[in-house]
Amino acid sequence: MNAGLRPMRRVVADRVTLAHGGGGKAMRDLIEDVFTSVFAPPGMEDQARLMHPSLLELGAQLAFTTDSFVVSPMEFPGGDIGTIAVCGTVNDLAVGGARPLWLSAAFIIEEGVPITTLRRIASSMQAAAEAAGVRIVTGDTKVVGKGSGDGVFVTTSGVGVIPPGRNLIASSVQPGDVAIVNGVLGDHGAAILAARGDMALTTDIQSDCQPLNHLMEAVLAAVPDVRAARDATRGGLASALNEIADAAGVGIEIMEADLPLRAEVKGVCEILGLDPLYLANEGTLVLFVPPDQAEAALSAMRATEAGRGACVIGRAVTAHPRTVVMKTVFGGGRIVDMLVGEQLPRIC
Amino acid sequence: MKYADEFRDPVAARGVLAAIARVTDEIGATKDKPVHIMEICGGHTHAIFRYGLDKLTPPGLEFIHGPGCPVCVLPMSRIDECVEIAERSGVIMTTFGDAMRVPGRRKSLIQAKADGADIRMVYSPLDALELARRNPDREVVFFGLGFETTTPSTALTILQAAADDQTNFSIFCNHITVPPPIKALLDDPHMVLDGFVGPGHVSMVIGIHPYDFIARDYGKPIVVAGFEPLDLLQSVLMVLEQIRDGRAEVENQYSRVVPDDGNPVSIAACTEVYEPRPSFEWRGLGEIDASGLRIRPKYAAFDAEVKFGIGYGLGPRAVADPDGCRCGDVMTGRIKPHACPQFGKGCTPEMPLGALMVSSEGACAAYYQYGGLRLEEAV
Repeated sequence: MNAGLRPMRRVVADRVTLAHGGGGKAMRDLIEDVFTSVFAPPGMEDQARLMHPSLLELGAQLAFTTDSFVVSPMEFPGGDIGTIAVCGTVNDLAVGGARPLWLSAAFIIEEGVPITTLRRIASSMQAAAEAAGVRIVTGDTKVVGKGSGDGVFVTTSGVGVIPPGRNLIASSVQPGDVAIVNGVLGDHGAAILAARGDMALTTDIQSDCQPLNHLMEAVLAAVPDVRAARDATRGGLASALNEIADAAGVGIEIMEADLPLRAEVKGVCEILGLDPLYLANEGTLVLFVPPDQAEAALSAMRATEAGRGACVIGRAVTAHPRTVVMKTVFGGGRIVDMLVGEQLPRIC
Repeated sequence: MKYADEFRDPVAARGVLAAIARVTDEIGATKDKPVHIMEICGGHTHAIFRYGLDKLTPPGLEFIHGPGCPVCVLPMSRIDECVEIAERSGVIMTTFGDAMRVPGRRKSLIQAKADGADIRMVYSPLDALELARRNPDREVVFFGLGFETTTPSTALTILQAAADDQTNFSIFCNHITVPPPIKALLDDPHMVLDGFVGPGHVSMVIGIHPYDFIARDYGKPIVVAGFEPLDLLQSVLMVLEQIRDGRAEVENQYSRVVPDDGNPVSIAACTEVYEPRPSFEWRGLGEIDASGLRIRPKYAAFDAEVKFGIGYGLGPRAVADPDGCRCGDVMTGRIKPHACPQFGKGCTPEMPLGALMVSSEGACAAYYQYGGLRLEEAV
């Protein structure tokens, strides 16, 4: 559409109705007023036509990923579903070594969702996109009847470019490689649990959701030999480490005493009988580097906003292949397995 | 973390561990002739494996993992009955999260939910009562289970529901008490137990005196313990010292939380609302006299067994556990989890056959999840 003619606040309804999904004027108003006018530069076609100089480099690879986001509550301390829909997909690209460029955004909206909520989600998405330096270039909306959804579901797909010569792959992790995280663990999961409000927990924990692409670029500039990185989203650090151990056929040993955990997150976990290693993160990654480059990686990470709390948590080992073992603070050991289903709070 | 990190101090732990090794030695216990200490509570079992304490204690000390995991000892028949209530039209069944996956004969609650029953996870029975207030046209049932740690909150919720005259709310009561199964275990001629570590949170409610019979009648030491690793280690040391000195006493390691006489307000609420059942079935252990609680007739309006005509004693009991499942032998310390033929094969946390594999406090699940045999093979 023509940005110059962009009328503001064309949607006057308080809440989304089925009319907003009917393919007519109400739908067009919703899309243009609430979404495309917010995404910069404003306006988009159903089909985005894209060009970027980095695509022309010989040996460059296109990276393409997609992810769906459902979170309850939709808005939580430190972000909302829009923030994680952008950060999640940006981070999926970034940890594979890609420079994220463009995103699509598709919304499934349940009848009755307040328009103001949608406006907040759209503006969070734009803010996150700006922070990451990506553009939301195409999208879609659908409205479903009350009870057929849960607020808003967002699906984002992302396209990025992996520069020539970069090859981050989990199977390249070797015994001796050092495991580094960029900051505290479990903030997102703990913030969501507290925000659900059904446990009467009052905390100041904020979700960690943030784009990690600048951090990745910084560490890759300093240490081109980064073997692999994973964002520790659903299933937490434990799942990310298990995936790497599996792919590389190595053992991974982490030290409980070195895990960066906020006291509040530990507290929430103690009360509910949860393990912070399995709590979701939305702006936390773990990466493996050769041992002699750990210091360089740490300094490069710490120089970025998202990597200030970077620290070593363990290493890859030849012992116990495909198994993650944590040395407890007492010197005992325990296996850190993949989660079976979701973590269920204990009775007592 | 305040009031927790202090009890996870590795330096202090090393000191206690050294003392444990010394006293075990003084007792003359060896790998072949070990001293057997039962940690009654699933929370303690979980802590032992989570912190790898079993790898740090001497080979002459053997932990027997007791029956104190309320989800694990819940008999299959009660899950079946809970599913039956949940599947009735108009019912919202509410439950603690870790009861969701316990296998029933037909299905677990999580399967019943997928099949269309309205089953919701809550964190407290009061949340269930609130749900009843917001859904006056539905019958909200709370799947009440747990030991003395959760019985008072269910009792207080019933009293609240009675005060509010909330007619669409009831409890499917499966509450059980700790002392009777300990007595049953002590009466079992096959059991070899030298002492107990008692669950601190239970004693926070009932005090330490309900355990007097263990020392007085059976001549065994018991130490009521907190849940941090140092609490646990210190309690084990206290039990060992009693054994070495030939004492049998009820000691309170967790005095920062546990008053010797418990919590009189909680006890009064429970006495008002519940009465003991003549007997109750424990998975793996069988029927144990006076080990379960039911809702007194005075509060029958809130008793799901009465409301739905599904009750203890109304149908055949003691649904047999699946073939080859040896939860009972594990729970009585006859075998270690990995000695069960189904362990890690037919029975895993993904597809639990027996209840001890379901809850993270179950001995088998803790053993499987945190290492046990797999860790020994791995390290």
